[in-house]
Amino acid sequence: MYAFDFVRPKTVAEAVKALAAEDAQALGGGQTLIPTLKQRLAAPAVLVSLSGIAEMSGVSLSGGTLTIGGGTPHATVAKEARAAYPALAALAGGIGDPAVRSRGTIGGSLANNDPSACYPAAVLGSGATIVTDRREIAADDYFQGMFATALEPGEIITAVRFPVPEKAHYEKFAQPASRFALVGVFVARTGQGARVAVTGASADGVFRWAEAEKALSGGFSAAALAGLAPPTGDMISDLHGSAEYRAHLVKVLTGRAVAAA
Amino acid sequence: MPKVAMRVNGRAVSGEVEGRTLLVQFLREGLGMTGTHVGCDTSQCGACVVHVNGVPVKSCTAFALDLDGAEITTIEGMANADGSLGRVQQAFQDHHGLQCGFCTPGMVMSAAALLAENPTPSEAEIRTYLEGNICRCTGYHNIVKAVLAASGQDPATIAAE
Amino acid sequence: MPKDGIGAPMKRREDLRFLAGDGRYTDDINLHGQAYVWFLRSDVAHGRITRLDTAAAAAMPGVLRVITAEDFAHAGGMITAWQVTNRDGTPQAEPKHPILAEGKVRHIGEPIAGVVAETLEQARDAAEAIELEIEELPAVVDMAAALAPGAPKLHEDIDSNLCFDWGFVDDNKAKVDAAFESAHHVTTLELVNNRCVANAMEPRAAIGLYDRPMDHYTLYTTSQNPHVIRLVMGTFTLQIPEHKLRVVAPDVGGGFGSKIYNYNEECFVTHAAKLVGRPVKWTATRSEAFISDAQGRDHVTKIQLALDKDGMFLAFRTETMANLGAYLRLFATVTPTYLHGPAAGGPYRTPVAHVHVKGVFTNTVPVDAYRGAGRPEGSYQLERVVDKAAREMGIDQAEIRRRNFVKPEEFPYQTPMAVVYDSGNYHATLDKLLELSDYAGFAKRRAESEARGKLRGFGFSTWVEASGLAPSRLIGALGARAGLYESATVRVNPTGGISVLTGTHSHGQGHETVFAQIVADKLGIDAGLVDIVHGDSDKTPFGMGTYGSRSAAVGGSAIAKATDKIIAKAKKIAAHLLEASDADIEVADGKFTVAGTDKAVDWATICLTAYVPHNYPMETLEPGLEETAFYDPANFVYPAGAYGCEVEVDPDTGAVTVMRFVAADDFGVVLNPVVVAGQQHGGIAQGISQALLEHTVYDESGQLVSGSLMDYAILRAGDVPGFTVDHSCVTRCEHNPLGVKGCGEAGAIGAPPAVVNAVVDALQAGGYGIKDIDMPLTPSRVWAAMHEG
Ligand SMILES: Cc1cc2nc3c(=O)[nH]c(=O)nc-3n(C[C@H](O)[C@H](O)[C@H](O)COP(=O)(O)OP(=O)(O)OC[C@H]3O[C@@H](n4cnc5c(N)ncnc54)[C@H](O)[C@@H]3O)c2cc1C
Ligand code: FES
Ligand code: FES
Repeated sequence: MYAFDFVRPKTVAEAVKALAAEDAQALGGGQTLIPTLKQRLAAPAVLVSLSGIAEMSGVSLSGGTLTIGGGTPHATVAKEARAAYPALAALAGGIGDPAVRSRGTIGGSLANNDPSACYPAAVLGSGATIVTDRREIAADDYFQGMFATALEPGEIITAVRFPVPEKAHYEKFAQPASRFALVGVFVARTGQGARVAVTGASADGVFRWAEAEKALSGGFSAAALAGLAPPTGDMISDLHGSAEYRAHLVKVLTGRAVAAA
Repeated sequence: MPKVAMRVNGRAVSGEVEGRTLLVQFLREGLGMTGTHVGCDTSQCGACVVHVNGVPVKSCTAFALDLDGAEITTIEGMANADGSLGRVQQAFQDHHGLQCGFCTPGMVMSAAALLAENPTPSEAEIRTYLEGNICRCTGYHNIVKAVLAASGQDPATIAAE
Repeated sequence: MPKDGIGAPMKRREDLRFLAGDGRYTDDINLHGQAYVWFLRSDVAHGRITRLDTAAAAAMPGVLRVITAEDFAHAGGMITAWQVTNRDGTPQAEPKHPILAEGKVRHIGEPIAGVVAETLEQARDAAEAIELEIEELPAVVDMAAALAPGAPKLHEDIDSNLCFDWGFVDDNKAKVDAAFESAHHVTTLELVNNRCVANAMEPRAAIGLYDRPMDHYTLYTTSQNPHVIRLVMGTFTLQIPEHKLRVVAPDVGGGFGSKIYNYNEECFVTHAAKLVGRPVKWTATRSEAFISDAQGRDHVTKIQLALDKDGMFLAFRTETMANLGAYLRLFATVTPTYLHGPAAGGPYRTPVAHVHVKGVFTNTVPVDAYRGAGRPEGSYQLERVVDKAAREMGIDQAEIRRRNFVKPEEFPYQTPMAVVYDSGNYHATLDKLLELSDYAGFAKRRAESEARGKLRGFGFSTWVEASGLAPSRLIGALGARAGLYESATVRVNPTGGISVLTGTHSHGQGHETVFAQIVADKLGIDAGLVDIVHGDSDKTPFGMGTYGSRSAAVGGSAIAKATDKIIAKAKKIAAHLLEASDADIEVADGKFTVAGTDKAVDWATICLTAYVPHNYPMETLEPGLEETAFYDPANFVYPAGAYGCEVEVDPDTGAVTVMRFVAADDFGVVLNPVVVAGQQHGGIAQGISQALLEHTVYDESGQLVSGSLMDYAILRAGDVPGFTVDHSCVTRCEHNPLGVKGCGEAGAIGAPPAVVNAVVDALQAGGYGIKDIDMPLTPSRVWAAMHEG
């Protein structure tokens, strides 16, 4: 690791200020950033840890909306969202392993937007809203391709607001080494119809599978998907699976997710 | 250099660290506590797992300064007051849950965290919980047995299917 | 009988320190004033170094010295331990393997320079400041391409990329061809034995220390064989006489073969300590391990089996290309030849066989022994082709094996592969497998799986291997450059406690417990009186270390032999004290008794008498009680087993789930059943992991695509069920004093074909006409195979 200064502000306002410094970078749970720093693939001058900011942590339900603080670790979501939004809690409880879930945060996951990460599927699949220190961003506007998001430099995800759907489920097929999603599909039935968000499969990152949404909005059952061709588009092809295999998995997992929702 | 202070195995410790000093470096190099191991650089192997405020954390993937004021437990803190092996440790010896011993500190810490959360886990729950701890020696069979035994369950129930 | 004698399930004593966090692994050692090295490694697979300027790096903060190949001008290359003779009688090609790249780089990760600095980060900072230019050359990764005319050549000093072209037993070739001519049926299979990265959980580490007044070096290292390192590194590479070099391998966190070789980094820190006048420490990152630890397997094979109309094997022949990587490591050429050929015969009475192997250099990380070393490659091809032959001929998988097994009464059995199996009972282990696996109930389980939409298969593997390395005279005739005996010193202390010094090394095998059981058993004393010392060339007698399932069979036998010498001397002391003839003295329960009387002396008295010899037969006996023995085995040992794996395949995703794994092994006499079962579990897990997950992928340019645990999968706890292991079928090894065979590599040898055969079985039952599929059986590969049609 290259050397850097370390600051641990207590409030979002202090953090925003600290992040204004040149080459400052936010640190969430560090579960992605620290391995990256070890490889010397990043060289921040200042790391601004968000772990001391109490206002950014926690899970709360109000009306039909579940709000999760941007600094909330996966383990907390797995536990505290279980009653209000079981599909989301299960997704959080299936990220990495217990030690990763103790530290890794929803804000960090979404800021990073790994094309194989789980949370992006839930956020897009639920039609959630990303709340930052300066604005609110709809999920549909937030994800902009592999590792790319609508965030501006220094912008902090302070919370994510999930409208709780009628039914939902996340089906993950793990990449055997990293245990991220080789393909993951999040389906939700909402008042406005069905949403299907797919992670792991596309080189453009998480995406909504429009044809499946359409089919499911007519009737939310696995049978409704039967006639669909697997999605096309820029599928990832690597040693863990060809583009064709990934596309096939998207369809299989969507069916399983709907059946399990 | 910045200062960090925490409690490790019930003992107040402090030291000067850099921003980039990892918890595992602080433990091993700063405090000379080499029971916690480093087996990888991508946060996958779990050899480094310790407890931070009661939950399992990969000490290779946390900065010491981020844990200022935290309560840390390492493998060195798992023995009974009289120095004999603690419950989970003893179960590992009783059921031959270790061979080379390198993954063992992390395994024991993860197993202890599981039992704190779920005092009588099923075999499947144990296997899933140990997802982040790689052992190259044991094939996990005896580790699972040890955890079952440590939870007061019959380790003979481990079986195919 | 002592309670912790041979066969007792004694709890491991080493566990106490490991469980308390008190293990002492190499990286746990910090020497006063130590500096750290970071290696600049090649990021291309093949190229010429056109510029290497270290001046800027040397001027960086904290840097003590930047060390390059020039600093090793006096040193030789790292050696290989075996000279294989080509079919035409010429020796194998042996290009130089330099410690640091000399003008050329030949694989990704090859070290080019080492920066020694006050801190590791300073060393790394400075390594980035080294000005390095490499003119990239075309790389060869694929073996066939490497052997093709006009292929880019790795080594200028040899003719091509061919290291050796070896046939075993070449005299059989004509007979084999004749058998194929007359065969009723011939089954042919082409397969790949996938390259594996050993990934012992402890990354390699090394600390060099130099004592200038004494001109003496010490190397702390993660090694399976400290004496071997002292010999080969000192004598051949760094030219340090053995008495000036101490090699210590403290607690070692697993090896699986990858910690046998004398590595570049070990040579580096040893010499660097002298150059900088400070101890120099290196600890690999896991990423470095992927590009610097020797890798395993990587064979491409075509095997053919000739059968008569009853399914009796008439002959087999195999053509293999073995990828050696860019350079030869210590066991590089013996692994795909003499460790591979004999095992290819398996437990069968096949009258003739011919194994043909070409060793090939490619621009990949060097390959060497990995758990099983050659024997997994041999067993894999044979058990796959037998499985396929049974399918083609419509013979039951168990039946075809049983028909062809060497019969119990046929031992000792001369195989066509030059070795003699001393003992075995392959029918017994197969019967045990069928019983434990409830093979009879498989059809019902298959139906249940099908009802859940899953395909179910059962795969067999019946294997035998040659381990317990190795009879020196025999291997010397085959090209070995060393003997493979083992040593032991049994040092009895004046008050009766015993230190046993062994040349083997324990890095998970439990020697500190099991070896004490041997001594305790023989003397009839409590194992608590016996401590095992290993891992330090200054303490232990010269020995060859631990690999090849040799520690109990060879190292344990040396301990037994040394203990016998102790007993012989103790009897003389007892005879003197009891005024009897030593021929009449019997040993039991720690007492030395005149046969048929109640006249006895106890162990403590004997020991004290030996060291305080006031009443002692000084004319005929030296005082003291310490004996050393070297044991050279008369033959290999031949452990064998029958494995059954049951899998479910998800036809929608191609995912394979291991539902059951049963192993019935014959390891000869079992010294400690708990430790043996642990070895079985671990080997099986590694075998399953190779079969299903482990995928070492280089792209065309020689970059390692699966170069971290993010892409290289290793079996986790949730990937497997519990295993059923048995070692109750015992045929004693006929030639070693303990009757033991090896158990350390068994699972890694027997498991992969069982897993793959099970998947093939499942797919065939599901109506997918798949005859062939290569490891690792990842979901995507299985799915692709199902849909290739
Ligand atoms: C072994 C292992 C297994 C894993 N398995 C999975 C898996 O199965 N599925 C999965 O989805 N993920 C997985 N992950 C990733 C894990 O979920 C991480 O927690 C996550 O990707 C990053 O979150 P973090 O809080 O650790 O962020 P960090 O690593 O601290 O930061 C990541 C990036 O986000 C930025 N950032 C952090 N917090 C914020 C914020 N609040 N606002 C703005 N920017 C911020 C940082 O500057 C950095 O660029 C795994 C990780 C590991 C180590
Ligand atoms: S050292 Fe491997 S996860 Fe921490
Ligand atoms: S005991 Fe060696 S890695 Fe687990």
